[in-house]
Amino acid sequence: MSIPTGGPAIRPDVTDATAGDAPAARVFLDAGGRAPLLPEARAAFVEALDQGWADPRRLHSEGRRARMLLDGAREAIAAVVGARTEEVDLAPSHVAALHGAVRTVARGRRRAGSGIVVGAVERAAVLNAAQFVAGEARVVVPVDAQGRVDLDGFRSAVAAPGVAVAALQHANGEVGTLQPVDEVHDAARAAGVPLLVDAGSSLGHVAVGPSWDLLAGDAGDWGGPGGIGLLVTRRGVRRSPDGPEDEDRWFPGGVSVPAALAAAVALQVSEQRRTTEAASLAALVDGIRARVAADVPDVDVVGDPQLRLPHVVTFSCLYVDGEALVTALDAEGFAVGSGSACTSSALEPSHVLAAMGVLTHGNVRLALPPGTTEAGVDAFLSALPRLVAGVRSALGVQGL
Amino acid sequence: MSDPVVVDARGLRCPAPVIRLARAARAASAGTRITVLATDPAAVHDVPAWARMRGHAMVSSTAEDGEYALTVEVAETDEGPVP
Repeated sequence: MSIPTGGPAIRPDVTDATAGDAPAARVFLDAGGRAPLLPEARAAFVEALDQGWADPRRLHSEGRRARMLLDGAREAIAAVVGARTEEVDLAPSHVAALHGAVRTVARGRRRAGSGIVVGAVERAAVLNAAQFVAGEARVVVPVDAQGRVDLDGFRSAVAAPGVAVAALQHANGEVGTLQPVDEVHDAARAAGVPLLVDAGSSLGHVAVGPSWDLLAGDAGDWGGPGGIGLLVTRRGVRRSPDGPEDEDRWFPGGVSVPAALAAAVALQVSEQRRTTEAASLAALVDGIRARVAADVPDVDVVGDPQLRLPHVVTFSCLYVDGEALVTALDAEGFAVGSGSACTSSALEPSHVLAAMGVLTHGNVRLALPPGTTEAGVDAFLSALPRLVAGVRSALGVQGL
Repeated sequence: MSDPVVVDARGLRCPAPVIRLARAARAASAGTRITVLATDPAAVHDVPAWARMRGHAMVSSTAEDGEYALTVEVAETDEGPVP
């Protein structure tokens, strides 16, 4: 069975982030890694609960039906990313996909060496796996103030002897900056080093292209359900499993079949409307960048203003407690993210903001879901200066 | 050159160390070196970022046993926020 590429009719109004019957509609601007579930994905999920509930590893009819749905999902994803079906593996999360990719390729290529080259603003899963596997032999390539990796530094690091694998994200999901993956992939190929490209924030939003040897993605980010990560491995990349024996060698235990099917449908839908959505969201983000810089005193709007993801923007407000600001925005109907340490249980602030040398406190991170309206963004931009001033006033920082 | 000033922000979470430092800088004359002591790891990144936004010079940054000492030199013209 394959997934109909036409899919159900797309109704752009259905996912309007600011639509709603309630008088005080929520404006959801925190879609990074967990976007609102697309209605088409929801329908596919519900249908697959009936058709594909069985264990796809069983040989009976019920199991084989689940297997067909799972293989259909992989086939559909393969078509979108430009790969063969057998190159597509599904993981129980984006984190598991990234961590597994680094571990298994490093293990498969241990004769080539133990070195791992990563960008400084990769996801924690990549940085952690590289540390876990390579220890002292992990090379972290720094980024500039925009969050873009030092290209010459990356080139020379992959060309050094003894590198097993290199990892560079397609774009940074926190600040939106696109990375030079084409150039880095050329350098990695010349050195015979496989390149893992984390497209967790890019798939379904921008064209990802063919410059990768392993490609990771996150279904929750492109409007599919949470709990499905993607890892595509080009034929010829050596890897070696390090988990228990299982029919799924790379992600033992497998994934939920209904979630896999819904993830594939969501990727098809978001890919189909990517170009029009991107133009509209990029314009909204341009407006946000300009108005935040103009209307909020002492603010750092960070990330590359042009070479960026269409839907992501982040800024840091001096002397502002990030947790207080996120809470105040939420109380007025705006859902936003933050990379400030005080907004999480972690003591450390966002390693991305830290590596860029920008303020880590008072941070607000926006990832606009498809269908975000100008009215919703306007309401946010009208409320923001007042709420920032309120938090600052509570801290008594006027005149500093 | 005035006497060095020490701001003790140990045990405080972001953005409190930067705010304490900013208050001390406002009261200090140009050229004064101010050292802020902090235990919040965010201060390591936020003090240099603040200094950049306010035009002060970062002098040194050291860490020992989870305690950070960050020294800045107050610029000639700290008139507070740039309009």
